[in-house]
Amino acid sequence: MTKRIVEATLKGQARNRIGPADEPSDLIDRYKRQFLSGLGITAAAVTLAPGVMLREVKAKPDDEAVTNKVRWGMLIDTNKLTDGGDTMVAACKKEHGWGDDPHASPAQQSQWVRKVTFKDKLTQHETALPVMCQHCETAPCVDVCPTGASFKRADGIVLVDKHTCIGCRYCVIACPYKARSFVHENLENQQPHSPRGVGVVESCTLCVHRIDKGLQPACIEAAPPQAAVFGDLNDPQSTISKVLAKHGAQQIRADLSLNTGVRYWGI
Amino acid sequence: MGRDDPPLTPEQVIAKRKSKPVFIEWKISDKIFYSLLAIFGSVVLIAVAAFFYIQHHGHYVTGMNNQVVWGMPHVFAIFLIVAASGAANIGTLGTVFNKPTYQPWGRLSIVVAMALLVGGLAVLVLDLGRAGRLMIAMTHYNFKSIFAWNIILYTGFLVIMCAYLWSMMDRRKWVVKCYKPAGYMGFVWRFVLTTGTGSIFGFLVARQYYDTAILAPLFIAASYVYGTAFFTLVLVFLSRFGLCELGQNIQNRLRYTLAIFIVLVLFFELVRHVTNLYATERHGVEAYILSGGDKVTWLFWLGQILLGSLVPLVLIWLPSLRNKQNALLGAAALAIFGGLSQLYVLIIGGQLYPVVLFPNATVHSTFGDGEIASYHASLPEMALGLGGTALSLLVIVIAVRVLRLLPDKLLDE
Repeated sequence: MTKRIVEATLKGQARNRIGPADEPSDLIDRYKRQFLSGLGITAAAVTLAPGVMLREVKAKPDDEAVTNKVRWGMLIDTNKLTDGGDTMVAACKKEHGWGDDPHASPAQQSQWVRKVTFKDKLTQHETALPVMCQHCETAPCVDVCPTGASFKRADGIVLVDKHTCIGCRYCVIACPYKARSFVHENLENQQPHSPRGVGVVESCTLCVHRIDKGLQPACIEAAPPQAAVFGDLNDPQSTISKVLAKHGAQQIRADLSLNTGVRYWGI
Repeated sequence: MGRDDPPLTPEQVIAKRKSKPVFIEWKISDKIFYSLLAIFGSVVLIAVAAFFYIQHHGHYVTGMNNQVVWGMPHVFAIFLIVAASGAANIGTLGTVFNKPTYQPWGRLSIVVAMALLVGGLAVLVLDLGRAGRLMIAMTHYNFKSIFAWNIILYTGFLVIMCAYLWSMMDRRKWVVKCYKPAGYMGFVWRFVLTTGTGSIFGFLVARQYYDTAILAPLFIAASYVYGTAFFTLVLVFLSRFGLCELGQNIQNRLRYTLAIFIVLVLFFELVRHVTNLYATERHGVEAYILSGGDKVTWLFWLGQILLGSLVPLVLIWLPSLRNKQNALLGAAALAIFGGLSQLYVLIIGGQLYPVVLFPNATVHSTFGDGEIASYHASLPEMALGLGGTALSLLVIVIAVRVLRLLPDKLLDE
């Protein structure tokens, strides 16, 4: 079925191929159509054939080590995020139980993912997107952590070992995406699959507990149709790799050369 | 003395011995000693209470938050640690540069340095989210982290300074031979330590106000200012209560050391800010610090530049104030205030300015993106910071009382 989807994508793109007599304005429109149809079919595949997609995220037996043959990543199309990422943020909050710590002030609350809206000063074009840990290949938070509690799993997921984090918060300052939070109080009634702890730092885990079971991150499942795709960046046959190979994508603060695992369209 | 010099007569030997100071404990009345212990001890106890309060409730009882994660405790901690390196300079000048004026004060200098470091480290450790996991910080090292290197540098500093002090105090021949090597080692280690501390901020690529190598030499220069100022206050206090009167020579040396390094810090600050003002991507943060009108702007211009740098320079160099001990005292106290202001602006100002995700755009979010954050130090944080300083002073008072650290007379030529 995956093969059929890919063929359909390629056929769709072949139909939109640009002819020699096209005007420049037509060219732009056609490029746009070509780009959007490619993304549309990819997203349709995510929406309509979850069974196929789920097979891309294979369940890992608990006793099997994580390998670097896989590098998990996600692609978010801000043009398709009709709510700017609100549902993705809400899904993460529900899955991990952050954001409503009873004593912490608003500035002290954890925020694993947030909706950021930015308006270009020249063009006045406004874009909204969810920003979370970008799961950098060379993560500054991992570099600066004195005890090694901030670490990158072999499959590219950046995590915090909450047993060896001493709560120095250096990683919070070091993260260029402001994606890390420090827990300011004792917590009760936590999610069993996502324990949080007072005095330690936390951030998006890419729903590692779900990935290891062969599921997708909660935010991806909750995203508006055609807006986000998740998969193995190392597998050239994965949908995300094919789409990225075809159309590319942007990184936030690409100037830092961190080779992020989270990529965006439309920023 | 050269090999061909004639042997000394017994009278000359006695005269030479008499001209060398004998080191003694601080001769002070019990009343003053125990009063000092009570004052500093009380502040330390309040800090301990603040520590348990924060650990019990979590950091929500502090003014720190997820926008400004390092607050007032870090200002004090880094001030004390950087000052520690500078305070040991008096010892270095005597040992490495063979300056006889400083040699009688070498022991005190090293004790003040160690006490400052212990105070600073105590604040740093007691503010950790999980202070109970200190053992993990000592057994798990990520060698790519400058923070981990700093842990090694701080503990190494204490070990080297202990050996250095021992080589000054133990008169056995083989120990005396260790005096010079220990002095040189301490000298080098101090440079590396302040370089490492400056690099904690210099290596932060995420924030425009940090991320610059000039922070390393800036911290080295600042260490001389903080350390000399702190040592001056201790020395003047000791001399006014029970110690021999200070000679003009040592006071002038301290005065000019302070002045030279205040000027050097100003120079590094000028270069840093001009460089930032040249790079468009840093215009925002520079405008916020230099002219934003916020607390940090006042602390920068009024605290660091005017009261902390220019006024001390006037107090030091104004001809009518030359040889006035109170002018030196005022300059030292203001230099310390300037140092604390400088670190507040650097540490907290750098965090108050938002992380830039999208340049040339107006940004907003539910997590403070695009907005200047706010920070107000809470009482427990102030207590922790002052407690660290009080701990340093407590260690110094006890050390000068029980150890023979002070010269009984002054070789002030």
